Amino acid sequence: MSASIEHAAVVRRAPGPTTIPFGPQHPVLPEPLHFDLVLEDEKVVGVVPQVGYIHRGLELLIDKRDFPDYVHVAERICGICSFMHGMGYCESVEGLFATIVPDRARWLRTFWCELERVQSHLLWLGLAADALGFENLFMATWRARELVVDVAEETAGGRVIFGSAIVGGVSRDPDDETLKRCLAAMRDVRAETLRLADVMIREPTVRHRLDGVGTLSHDDAYILGAVGPMLRASGHDYDVRSRNYAAYGEIEWKSVVETAGDSMARALVRIREIEQSFAILDRVVATMPAGPVSVPVRGMPPKGESWVRLEQPRGEVLYYVRSNGTRQLERFRVRTPTFANIPAMVAAFKGSSLADVPTIALTIDPCISCTER
Amino acid sequence: MSTLEKSPWLIHYDASSCNGCDIEVLACLTPVYDAERFGCIVTGDPKQADILLVTGSVNNLNEPVLKNIYEQMPEPRAVVAIGACAYSGGVFADCYNVKGGIAKVIPVDVFVPGCAARPEAILDGVVRAAGLLAERRRAMGRGKRGTVTEGEAS
Repeated sequence: MSASIEHAAVVRRAPGPTTIPFGPQHPVLPEPLHFDLVLEDEKVVGVVPQVGYIHRGLELLIDKRDFPDYVHVAERICGICSFMHGMGYCESVEGLFATIVPDRARWLRTFWCELERVQSHLLWLGLAADALGFENLFMATWRARELVVDVAEETAGGRVIFGSAIVGGVSRDPDDETLKRCLAAMRDVRAETLRLADVMIREPTVRHRLDGVGTLSHDDAYILGAVGPMLRASGHDYDVRSRNYAAYGEIEWKSVVETAGDSMARALVRIREIEQSFAILDRVVATMPAGPVSVPVRGMPPKGESWVRLEQPRGEVLYYVRSNGTRQLERFRVRTPTFANIPAMVAAFKGSSLADVPTIALTIDPCISCTER
Repeated sequence: MSTLEKSPWLIHYDASSCNGCDIEVLACLTPVYDAERFGCIVTGDPKQADILLVTGSVNNLNEPVLKNIYEQMPEPRAVVAIGACAYSGGVFADCYNVKGGIAKVIPVDVFVPGCAARPEAILDGVVRAAGLLAERRRAMGRGKRGTVTEGEAS
């Protein structure tokens, strides 16, 4: 007996940093995200992100497809923001051709962009609630989200992959009656979302997990190149919609900014953006112009390059295309918001406790499929 | 009807999906489609799972992870491949980092069509897989324990 106690004393080492893996198959994340967390006791002192589990290499498919067909691949960069990916690709190709898209197409694109933002933020609200152990709220949020998805299916034709963006406009033209009926159906979602969000931000257990956790300072957010809600939660008023793509120049909207920089601020930015998006949807339908929804884009794209920036639910995204004068473009490049947010995410993890890692990861709302492509 | 058939536990792995099918898998579990009425719940632990739902196609990095999850699951077990990518690579079949459908790595029992697969189709796949589980359970009960799926894993 005494011998074994002595043995235990010999093998005990001085406490030092421990590395534990987080992911890739982790209950809190639907997607395979992998970190090596370096811990000192319960404190996170270092984070090494590892990517590549869902890398497909779809950017290189660009020279195997004709440019109008590649939009199907572009939409499947990520299922959460599929329409915006398709539309971003289309806008960059339209930039090569210098195509002027009809007004109604621009308005419909805005409609679907905001619809997608609503469903993405509701999806996030549900997953965040689930990560906090608030399963009832998760279920209730996803029930509300289904009504938004129904509207997407009725107007665009798809539930998650909308499939309505084409080079030169949009492929579907829901009539004004349908759009008004959809808006009426979404009134319930709007009221329900407000109620659920209120539950989320007033609940003391939620506040306890989010207030002051994973703080990203005003300067760090800028220096580390954060984008989207992550940047706006740290007090920067930066929203790419102010560059007036689609119909944002002609529709009144305001970017949502919070200043605290913690997990709660990021949650609040997204919750307030849902409300903002509902307001934009109302205005889009109220001012929807009549007319055609697409112009034909024919022939070979001229040699050259073109890029556009959009504001996705997760932040700024950049699309770049280069043409060599044939039907197959030469290069396609996407810089996605989660990729830009990784350095800031690592900064937000440092100094937090191990138990807070899943909730901080969720308030960043990572989209690994976009990041790895 | 065996307990297994009445209450299969699910595990979901995103191989290299675009998230479209993953969102639909989650949508299946939430109130509108409500897979829980079949007694299903999602678990993060392969050793507690009966049905493996896989979305997306395999690549070199996630192949061992997928195999590992499958091998940890107790028998009888069933695999549901969700979406076009899990079948053949789908729209990404020509990508350099896509090796193809998940049937190249683990035996698949049910293929669910669609890009993205619809929740109704996923539910149908889960119910069929639950039926298979019951069959396999019965086969094992007749003293053929392990003979049904053993050796299929490569």
